[in-house]
Amino acid sequence: MAISEAVGQRAFVQAPRRGAFTRLIEDERWLAVVLLLPTVVLLGMFIAYPFVQGVLLAITDTKVGIPGRFVGVQNFIALWDDSIFRIAVWNTFVYTAVATVFKLGLGLWLALLLNRNFRGKAFTRAFILLPFIIPTVLSTFAWKWMFDPTFSVINWTLFQLGLIHGRINWLGDPDLALISVIIVNVWRGVPFFAISLLAGLQTINPELQEAAAIDGARAWQRFWHVTWPLLLPVTMVVVLFSVIQTFADFQLVYVLTGGGPANATQLFATYAYQIGVGTGLLSEGAAISLAMFPFLLFVVVVQLLYIRRVEVH
Amino acid sequence: MIEGAKWRRWVYFYIPLGAFVFWLLFPFYWMLVTSVRPDRELYRPWMAPNYTPFWTAHPTLVHIIDLLTETLFTRWMLNTLFIAIASTVISLFCGIFAGYALSRLKFPFAGSLGTGIFITYLVPQTLLFIPLADIVRNFQLGDTPWALILTYPTFLIPFCTWLLMGYFKAIPRELEECARIDGATRWKAMMYIIIPIAVPGILSAGIFAFTLSWNEFIYALVFLSSAEQKTVSVGVTSELVRGDVFYWGQLMAGALLGSIPVAFIYSFFVEHYVAGITGSVKG
Repeated sequence: MAISEAVGQRAFVQAPRRGAFTRLIEDERWLAVVLLLPTVVLLGMFIAYPFVQGVLLAITDTKVGIPGRFVGVQNFIALWDDSIFRIAVWNTFVYTAVATVFKLGLGLWLALLLNRNFRGKAFTRAFILLPFIIPTVLSTFAWKWMFDPTFSVINWTLFQLGLIHGRINWLGDPDLALISVIIVNVWRGVPFFAISLLAGLQTINPELQEAAAIDGARAWQRFWHVTWPLLLPVTMVVVLFSVIQTFADFQLVYVLTGGGPANATQLFATYAYQIGVGTGLLSEGAAISLAMFPFLLFVVVVQLLYIRRVEVH
Repeated sequence: MIEGAKWRRWVYFYIPLGAFVFWLLFPFYWMLVTSVRPDRELYRPWMAPNYTPFWTAHPTLVHIIDLLTETLFTRWMLNTLFIAIASTVISLFCGIFAGYALSRLKFPFAGSLGTGIFITYLVPQTLLFIPLADIVRNFQLGDTPWALILTYPTFLIPFCTWLLMGYFKAIPRELEECARIDGATRWKAMMYIIIPIAVPGILSAGIFAFTLSWNEFIYALVFLSSAEQKTVSVGVTSELVRGDVFYWGQLMAGALLGSIPVAFIYSFFVEHYVAGITGSVKG
């Protein structure tokens, strides 16, 4: 190490024609500054600055075209009393919790199925990822069409199977709308869970399974005592990622129901859009968006602590 | 893996897997079938006796032709393509350098800067879209592609950086040291030794970034207002639904054609794509 550096220095001295900048970035710290500068500028300008701006907006009463006055936490107090906001909060938590549970359960099941050797495995794996890579808004339109009460293929199928007798209004019925939206979210998220968990499964040494089988463990016991504990780190990260994405979801609901009927599928993001962009109440919209922040921060902190703990072990 | 009778293989393996594949792919089949279905068959209620959901008796290209000739669809496709490519290039440029610096150089605050970038990776677009719309307007970028080209890197750079850090970390230090012994500057060692080795990672990050920007919706919805500037997702959503009338044939044709570029790239780079997904959650 010392020798190589000494030699490097000598080579450096022998090449005097290098410019001042080249010499500057020979220093590790200056090189780091140069390399990180574009990233820091872009992220600062379009993440940190908007965040500060959002907080400033949320504590004034700005509307589109009308500069605001300072009002303190009044926007947040108003939100607390806003019954639609409360519905949106409740819906968001239900949406996130239910969708995540199903995505994890079904994703894990699919990952276990794909972890076997069968003909056409690579092909199947490539195809099941489609819901995740095709633009969400576009595939959601296919679902919206499938949910259409008059032309629904789902209704037709259920009717032919003798499961229903009348028509089901999937998106128009307030009791069903949130379930329908969750179904689409799960559909979109399962491939991501399955592929990530499959990657986790493939790092588990099959000899562990064999050893447990020789010791007489049944399939279920092998999963629960061998596979699951080893898969837990990947699972945790995937779940936390998905929770953040689901919690802040917008496009699915925007296309399927727009938050309706009667706010039955209103989420934080759709309500913020409706108030901030639709109605032009910028401050209140910004406050609704920012109200997501404490929960998101909590999830991020959990994630960082978890990753650090895994790294230590 | 499955012991015992043949029926067990069916119950525990083929039937569940088949059901999963059917469920995950059916909406795409539905898109395809609908986009070539004439209105006469399209608007036939499911209770009608001659409702044929899974097949189209008289397929037609009229929806696709209408979409291409009577709407701005091709314009939206080109807009999206330009925006996705430009923001991917910017993000790769920033991500490669940042990933290299954070994984291979020693400097003060390296750890906290890495954590900071990781946190921005987790910031959802819906948290900041309202103040950001204001900022974009103040920078005179509103209703131009640059509004998206400059803001998409906020979620693409952290992703690229994070993914590439993994690739850079795996390259042995000795390689770089050898080059430096032979007289290469740090810059040259990075450009000619380390970055070329990380090309598979760069490809993964690029493909992933491209699909992410093709998919983005809320920024495009809020920052762009005129019909000629829109991206595919926003154009289809706002221009093919007039008032309360949904032009389902055109909508499905738009959804199908709008997905093709992503699906096309994906089909060539499945393995890189999968590596991108698994790399992104490795932590």
